[in-house]
Amino acid sequence: MLTNRRKDALVAAVLVAPFLAIYLLVFVWPTIQMFGISFTDAPLIGSGEWVGLDNYARLDSDPRFRTAAWNTAYFVLLTVLPGTIIALLISLGVSRLKGRLQAAILALFFLPYILPVSVVYLIWDWVLNFQFGISMHILDLLGLERIPITKSREWFMPAVGIVTIWWTAGFSILLFLAGLRSIPVEIYEAAALDNAGRWTTFRRITWPLLWPVTSLVFTIQLIAQLKIFDQVYLFSQGGRPNDNMVLVYYVFQRAFQQDQGGRAAAVAVTLFVLVVVVSVLQFQLLRLAGGRK
Amino acid sequence: MTATGIRRANFWGGVITALTILMALIWAFPLYWGVISSLKPEDEVVRPYIELWPENLTFQHYVHALTATQIGAWYVNSIAVAVGVTVITIVTSMLCGYALSQLQFPGRKLLWWLILASFMVPTQALIINHFVLTSQLGLINTWAGIMLPQLIHPVIIIVYKQFFDQVPHDFREAAVMDNAGEFRILFRVYLPMNWGVTTALSIVCFIWTWNAFLWPFLSVTRTEMMTITVGITQVNDAFGVYYARELAAAVLAGLPVALAYLLFQRRVTEAITLSAGIKG
Repeated sequence: MLTNRRKDALVAAVLVAPFLAIYLLVFVWPTIQMFGISFTDAPLIGSGEWVGLDNYARLDSDPRFRTAAWNTAYFVLLTVLPGTIIALLISLGVSRLKGRLQAAILALFFLPYILPVSVVYLIWDWVLNFQFGISMHILDLLGLERIPITKSREWFMPAVGIVTIWWTAGFSILLFLAGLRSIPVEIYEAAALDNAGRWTTFRRITWPLLWPVTSLVFTIQLIAQLKIFDQVYLFSQGGRPNDNMVLVYYVFQRAFQQDQGGRAAAVAVTLFVLVVVVSVLQFQLLRLAGGRK
Repeated sequence: MTATGIRRANFWGGVITALTILMALIWAFPLYWGVISSLKPEDEVVRPYIELWPENLTFQHYVHALTATQIGAWYVNSIAVAVGVTVITIVTSMLCGYALSQLQFPGRKLLWWLILASFMVPTQALIINHFVLTSQLGLINTWAGIMLPQLIHPVIIIVYKQFFDQVPHDFREAAVMDNAGEFRILFRVYLPMNWGVTTALSIVCFIWTWNAFLWPFLSVTRTEMMTITVGITQVNDAFGVYYARELAAAVLAGLPVALAYLLFQRRVTEAITLSAGIKG
């Protein structure tokens, strides 16, 4: 028995080793390093002097960091709740359809999600093009003035928010559909016998039973949008990146364009802690939701 | 329910269905518009009115993109990186998932918690130190460098563990009776029983890697080493202000993943639902 155990442990070590090696190299080590250099004035490559909490203390008076923090919060506000509601409404519509029609309609909603962000960017940059974009033709038809959307301070974030919802809703719709399918048909049949209307059925049956999925979608979206970078960077090319600054963009700019690894790391740590806190809260909430059952 | 009640319910049900279908068409329209614009000659693309179908359908932009730009090289880079990441991730995750599921060993609980905890790590925050690490290893501008930080998808381990947990214990006992080693049991019994999940996870892992932007963008500075998702947004001079050419490049970049999805629709949605359900 003892030799068996030892053999098990040996085999397990061999099986786990490749993963563990990669994990330590690309997860644990960089995380430790990130915390480390955030207390120094290191450039991107190379070491620096210990400066204590200076990099963090400077954040409060750094206007660009403030812009980044506000824009990230604004972007979360624009996308997370609206995106969840839109996905819920669409999935309620899609779930009524049957068979091949449902598969086809779902595919139309889901296809954007499967595409790389750069493809999404190129398509929408063309749609929103100030001179030739189809959206501008539509504004013309409606008799409205054209807007240089990606170059304008007010429209940039809402536009990128809409594009993001368009891009990612397919994922949320998929989760909602899975949730809707798991609600037993008998409950709806019973409600129909009781002459319950569409709204009552939704409010009394669908909404409460779907709540775990709704909160899951909401928090997945929340965590994803806190880490927003790609779309903002791409749509800011040739525009006004400093006005559209978000947290990851700040890290990128400080580290890779201004060669200030230490100051960039301070913001990376801030983002890291923020995401971990939200994840832990999410985990606790889901546990509570699970415990209720 | 009364007859009018049913009729009214049917009427509103019909309205909702019609709205859903209309919404789907509007939703997909930008995709259609992007593709259709790439099939028009440049002078048609910039016409001051909406032209829903090209007057002179042309593939010239695709020919141009494939013959006169670096897209060919970018395709090779993207395929190499995506296949490399997928193979390494799937194999290492499967081995680790099997150990977690079937073997008793010291540190098992700790490893499991490490994997669960890693869901919380925002890889975007690690870009600085991923860059430092990659350049210390001399891997900037190489396939290995693009791949390295992407080699971890903890969710794949968790899915494997759950699927291996579901394999009835009799199979394992029978194999142990036959004096089969762990590797033999894994590859002859557990893996064949889970080909479906392996295929599904491989496809989505390929798609995730193909679509990755931030890290491939940071770890490559030479245009010929770019992946296609980065290249089409960074090398503008290759296309100038030729809108249709740019869109043709975009279609070429999105085509492999769109096809992968359309061909393996059920597998892709299954794997994505699986991985999300666990992320919670």
